[in-house]
Order: sequence, then C-alpha cells, then structure tokens
Amino acid sequence: MSTRMVEVRAKVMKQNDLLARALRERFHNEGTFVVGLVSSPGSGKTAFLEKLLAGLATTYRVAALVGDLATKNDADRLQRATPNVWQITTGTICHLDAQMIETALREWQLDAPDFLFIENVGNLVCPSSYDLGEELRMVLLSATEGEDKPLKYPTIFNSSDVAVITKMDMTQAAEFDVAVARRNIESVRPGMRTFEVSSKTGLGMEAVFEFLKAQIAREARMQPAR
Amino acid sequence: MIDQIADESASRGGLNVEAVLMRLGVFAGVDKAALLFAYGLACEGTPLEGSRLEIETVPLIVFCPVCRQERTPPSLYELCCPKCLTPTAEIVSGRETEVASLEVSE
Repeated sequence: MSTRMVEVRAKVMKQNDLLARALRERFHNEGTFVVGLVSSPGSGKTAFLEKLLAGLATTYRVAALVGDLATKNDADRLQRATPNVWQITTGTICHLDAQMIETALREWQLDAPDFLFIENVGNLVCPSSYDLGEELRMVLLSATEGEDKPLKYPTIFNSSDVAVITKMDMTQAAEFDVAVARRNIESVRPGMRTFEVSSKTGLGMEAVFEFLKAQIAREARMQPAR
Repeated sequence: MIDQIADESASRGGLNVEAVLMRLGVFAGVDKAALLFAYGLACEGTPLEGSRLEIETVPLIVFCPVCRQERTPPSLYELCCPKCLTPTAEIVSGRETEVASLEVSE
C-alpha cells in the first residue's frame, strides 16, 4: 500500500461563516445597518448602547439584540430606549454565533430597522472568531480596565473596525492614560478609528452618532424616519 | 471541515484519507491544541475516522507600505514593520484556516 498527496487548498468555510454571509446579505437587502458590540464584561456595553439607541431613535428606527448567559436584565434596560429589543440567553456559551442570530430572527418580528445593534456576551476571546453578519464591529475598552487590554487581546481588537474608550469620566480615579490606550490600540490595529465617550455624562456621544449616521448614509441605505 | 473533506473525497471517487494537512494562521482565532484534541472525537463515525490531523502554523506577515516588502511584525500586538517601524494594518497572511492537502493511501 502506498500513499500519495492530494492538493486541496480549500478555505475551511465554517458553518458559521456561511450563515453569517447569508445574514449579511439579508440585512443588506432589508436596508439594515448592523453593528456588533464586543468587550469584556462590565466595560459598559449596555450603558453605551442605551445612549446610542436613545440618541438615534429620534431620527432612525433602531433595534437591539443582546446576548448574555442568563437573565433578561439588559433587554429590560434597553427597552427604556426602544421596544425593539430581543434577549438571547446562551446558557453556558461564552459568545454569540450566527446560528443564534438566525434563530432569534425567526422568532422576533423585526421590521427592517435602519440600525440593528448586536451586543455580544462580555468576552474578549471567543467572539472574535464568530462573524455575526454585522457590517461594523465596535470593540469597547473602559477606562477602569487598564490601557493594555488591546495588547493582551490582539485578536478581538484586530478583528474590530472601530474602538470606543468608555467611562471617560473615570479616567482620573482609575489613573487611566488615554494616550497610552490609544497608542496600544494603534499598535494592534493601525489606523483604527477610536472614540472616547462617557455614557454617564454623554461626553463624546455626539461624535459616535455622527459617525454612525455617516456610515448609514455612505451605504446609501438611509430610510425616512417614522 | 470534516464534511468538506468528505465531500472532496467523494467528488474524487472516494479517497482513503490517512492524514489531513492543514494551514492555520496565528491570527485565525482557532487554537491548534484545541483543534487537535477535538479532531479525533469529531471524526468518529465519519469516513475520516482514524485519520491524522497535521497542522502547519502560518506566521503573521504584514506588508510594509514604506519598504514595499512583506515583513514579520515584532509580535501579534505590534502591527508594524520590524525594520522601519511603520505601522501597517495590511495583513498578508496569518488568518488562514485551510485544508492544504490530504494524504491518501491506495
């Protein structure tokens, strides 16, 4: 018995990638701009998203899909800004995947909003490997976490499109050096657009709104507000 | 991946796969040890049962726009040219998750 080599050279198209591609196409056709939010637990994703939804809801139709292992706490909080909120509870799973999004969309009567935000489970490791069909991935880094998070978790920062430094009202108390944090983000992902915000005071939120509005306009998907 | 290889094998008239040779980038977000561990279990009850998985690690290579050269950055968290230190986000390789070839017996 002899052996021989057979060249294949095929990209392993994971089941998740196929589903994510289908989701992206669907969102695109429906004119929905999808933003994924990733960060470690407690970095302020929900507070930031509350502000985003409230700020954008005056002009756009917005919706949010939130993932956690347990509880509906985040959905309850976000519902103060928009009724279009859906909670995915993953049980023991540390990230969202495209199948979970697809399943949620089958139950959730989502009427083609202008913006859909997907808040991932708080985790800086696993979410980086799962495409959810989003158009833009935002990674959050809070002032209380320390400046070197981007260096410690390069994969998630590199797979994201935009960085947001949150809890800017806490920089002094946490002795957080924004310049160092920015340098570290730049080191992991040169040229990445980085915002500085405080969801508590509203500082810097206007710049994020403007950026998102520009994105949706650029994609020529703007629909009249209801 | 196993389904994909099984399809590939079927399309070539059914191969007796002894080993799967994979190329895995350091920035793929897939862990080599975990993949090796899971492979045997995932192959059970499939045509690939009993086959080996061999993984070639693909290093991170970036393109330096100043030197006009492909370079290996100093680390995964310093995406810049090691010579002129110009930051670059242009990744040439290091994100691969691909099946390169199959070792088949006949």
